[in-house]
Amino acid sequence: MAELTIRQAIQRGLEEALQNDPNVFIMGEDIGKYGGAYAVTSGFLEKYGPKRIKDTPISEATFIGAGVGAAAAGLRPVIEIMSISFSLVAFDQIVNMAANLRYMSGGQIKVPMVIRAPTGAGAQLAATHSQSFETWLAEVPGIKCVAPSTPADALGLLRSALSDGNTVIFAEPAQMYGVKGDVPDGRFTVPIGKASVQRSGGDVTLVSYGHGMRVLHSAAEDLAKRGIEAEVVDLRSLSPLDMDTIVASVHKTNRALTLDMARRTGGIMAEVAARLQEAASDWLDGPVARVGAEDVPWPYNRELEQEALPRVEDVLASLKKSYGI
Amino acid sequence: MNIPKDKLMLMLERMWLIRNFELKVIEAHKTGEFAGGAHPYIGEEAVAVGACIAMRDTDYIAGNHRSHGHPIAKGASLNKAMAEIFGRRDGYCKGKGGSMHLADFSVGILGESGIVGSSVPIATGAALASKLQKKDFVSAVFFGDGASNQGACHESMNLASVWKLPVIFICENNQYAVTTSYKSTVAVEHVSDRASAYNMPGVLVDGQDCIAMYEAMTEAVRRARAGEGPTLLEGLTYRFEEHSLGLGKIRRSEYRTEDEINSWRKRDPIVIHEDRLLKSEIASQAEVQHVRDHTEKLSMEALEFARKSPWPEVSELFEDMWADKTMPIP
Ligand SMILES: Cc1ncc(C[n+]2csc(CCOP(=O)(O)OP(=O)(O)O)c2C)c(N)n1
Ligand SMILES: [Mg+2]
Repeated sequence: MAELTIRQAIQRGLEEALQNDPNVFIMGEDIGKYGGAYAVTSGFLEKYGPKRIKDTPISEATFIGAGVGAAAAGLRPVIEIMSISFSLVAFDQIVNMAANLRYMSGGQIKVPMVIRAPTGAGAQLAATHSQSFETWLAEVPGIKCVAPSTPADALGLLRSALSDGNTVIFAEPAQMYGVKGDVPDGRFTVPIGKASVQRSGGDVTLVSYGHGMRVLHSAAEDLAKRGIEAEVVDLRSLSPLDMDTIVASVHKTNRALTLDMARRTGGIMAEVAARLQEAASDWLDGPVARVGAEDVPWPYNRELEQEALPRVEDVLASLKKSYGI
Repeated sequence: MNIPKDKLMLMLERMWLIRNFELKVIEAHKTGEFAGGAHPYIGEEAVAVGACIAMRDTDYIAGNHRSHGHPIAKGASLNKAMAEIFGRRDGYCKGKGGSMHLADFSVGILGESGIVGSSVPIATGAALASKLQKKDFVSAVFFGDGASNQGACHESMNLASVWKLPVIFICENNQYAVTTSYKSTVAVEHVSDRASAYNMPGVLVDGQDCIAMYEAMTEAVRRARAGEGPTLLEGLTYRFEEHSLGLGKIRRSEYRTEDEINSWRKRDPIVIHEDRLLKSEIASQAEVQHVRDHTEKLSMEALEFARKSPWPEVSELFEDMWADKTMPIP
């Protein structure tokens, strides 16, 4: 067991892959000498050389498309997008090519690729820079999508993503790179498609992922002070979704709340809520409580941005409304 | 070219306005008066100023993430620019856009974008409006050497050329995209060499010389207004500061040598222009000093203005999302 930050856990996963498979290479903007905007590939260029650590031009559509082609032809690309906000420029390549090629070709063409990108609002970077597009990408069949909120999950999920054989979107909560936690030794993995119960409780099920986990844990603390024991579930995988874990929790608690740090309309948490109504409506004591960011472009001003983001109070108010607790 | 004194002095004034403004922004960021990112334009002032002085008030420009200098060069209010960066209600965008999205539509700013390359088509579209409405305004877009590798940039140049649109593509080649040298990402020697692929003139300009920029832009604007189509200008320049303030994690790194930075600092666009005005006796030392003092005063006032400006009310969160009235087609 070692204490690592999320950043270090991702670094460990990437380095293992670079060391164990000569076909693995990383490309992205300023990832070489500079080590990436969030310092994840710091020192990699010196260790692995410019053939495997490639700085790209600012041409997201092309370097992601080139990743698809390189993967189809036998390499194992790992791509860093400086922010998931910038993935929009490359959506055609992700959504039409990476996700569809295998199916459209009747299974002939494989695209084993990992696309890593920091995600999320809250740093006053305004409308073009604060998006959480993993929640859009999670809807696309043919690619998988994960988002860790702990160092152990970051490493375990990255190992699974790297050997999955499909294109996996690996969304990294931009403000959690420094979060520390215990990481088991050895080559454990965290399976894609499996949620995790981060705190057990019998009174209410709280579900989110990424940055949302922080809000849920503080909400759970507040609830505990009032004698309400919350079960806190981290999706970890947005696609495929692990409804079994969530439904099992609801069987225990009879109450559920979903929290989305991205905009509340559409998106993956809306899907979780809808599936809960389908699968567990008899078990629920009231409508699934839903909290998400306001449906507004991300504002620059700090107060406005904080207002748009979900807070602990919103979680508590929403539980009161749905379940009177 | 015979440039009247008032224009030459206006160039000096606008460059000093940008410089002093940016120095205040850097200070304010250091002392924590605002958060969020900001990308200083110091060192590159001659590109925006030379280009904008060659345009009319009714012409349009679009910028990018490094766009404090562009609106100021076009004549926008310093006060509102600073207030916006401070996230205040009196900012151009009521505190909603911030440093990367400063837009003063009243002086023809079509908006800026934090997405590298995404303003280039916008300026192209404004030029289309000019052409289809038989107006005589032109548009210009400022983008970086890094942005020149985005598809939208190439596609815009091609479209503008085949449709002969009155748009001027101004590449501010400060030679780096964050830490990546354009020499490792641009396949030709100069970004302007690409113009031939789009069948438009491509002009490499000394981006530290506002008069060179002004002259090249004057010809590009003439062509555009005459219906002869777009031009690609490349102002070769250098950013004196780091890529950004505040994008927290963007650390200093050794991607540029001290020698290189120093040799470019010696080619300070303001010093170059001031020396020229003094040597040719177009302006006196006193006149030059007046510009410095005056612009310093205006930037100080902008800072004060921003500090005093109220914060937006939380109730304003949803304001300005939608048209406030319908726009029926007659
Ligand atoms: C589509 C997109 N990709 C990446 C970024 C991150 N980014 C912001 S500025 C920048 C460098 C831009 O370089 P350049 O166009 O030369 O402009 P400069 O900053 O040098 O003025 C990068 C990569 C972004 N904002 N948008
Ligand atoms: Mg540049």
